[in-house]
Amino acid sequence: MSHSPSPDAKGGSEATLGTYSVGFILAIVLTVIPFAIVGFGWLPRTGALIAVGVAAVIQILVHLYFFLHLDVSREHRANAMTGVFTALIMAILVGGTMWLFYNLHYRTMIMGG
Amino acid sequence: MATTDASMHDEIQAEASQGTVVNFGFWIYLMSDVIIFSMLFAGFVVLSTSYAGGPTGRELFELPGVFLETLALLFSSLTYGLVMISLRQGNKRRVQGWLLVTFLLGACFIGLELHEFLSLALEGHGPQRSGFLSAFFTLVGTHGTHVTFGLLWILVMVGQVAYKGLTPAVASRLTRLSLFWHFLDIVWIAVFSTVYLGGMYR
Repeated sequence: MSHSPSPDAKGGSEATLGTYSVGFILAIVLTVIPFAIVGFGWLPRTGALIAVGVAAVIQILVHLYFFLHLDVSREHRANAMTGVFTALIMAILVGGTMWLFYNLHYRTMIMGG
Repeated sequence: MATTDASMHDEIQAEASQGTVVNFGFWIYLMSDVIIFSMLFAGFVVLSTSYAGGPTGRELFELPGVFLETLALLFSSLTYGLVMISLRQGNKRRVQGWLLVTFLLGACFIGLELHEFLSLALEGHGPQRSGFLSAFFTLVGTHGTHVTFGLLWILVMVGQVAYKGLTPAVASRLTRLSLFWHFLDIVWIAVFSTVYLGGMYR
């Protein structure tokens, strides 16, 4: 107990002000870009939706790496693997639901609603 | 006892890895929360154009307010990072200070969200108006409830740091609060991208 109680999330990579600042600046940029694209109407519908989606995915990865300190090192492997498994479940739930309901709409011709 | 050496070794190892195990358990809870949110997101996407003759997201949402909420939450993630850095330095006053700043930023977020919810409800656009609004209030409200409990947790930790000091147990709890708080910011990224920004094009 003489050493510091290693409060960092899962040991390993010690977060410093530097890593938090880098993560924070990246997150700000990745927030401002989609809001500006939508707010000022810089892109047509499809382009804007793709840009928003891509910015969101990158920002989530930035948060996971810089704020939650999640990576594939040995100490974090259990967390990372659980995360990957959860992502799979998430994809099945969200993708499966959307697939099912769009088919339902299509086959029963309930358009709009 | 012949096993003394071995059991002592086990004990030391158990103590060293206990934090890791407890944090892993909390991580599994967070992953189960991801699944709850996945289902709410799936429900929202399915119902997102079921207006029942009512208003659309484009007519209701005010992006500047949502942008402010996003910034409040993002800044609070940074200030919670400063809590963890101060914790590692063993600086009790700074830990408390940054916890309070994080609390205030989180409270700003909740205040803005309550303001939005109330003005929607008062204009007759409450959750009972349409499937879209039911799904909207359920998804965004569930996230807001999580943040509210996070705020309570922050206050509890301010108290624990004051009365117990930066003991290993308190430090361990602060670590899990950090996971929880950063996790809520991640969920919010999905919320503002799907519900608000995506809602401008439905």
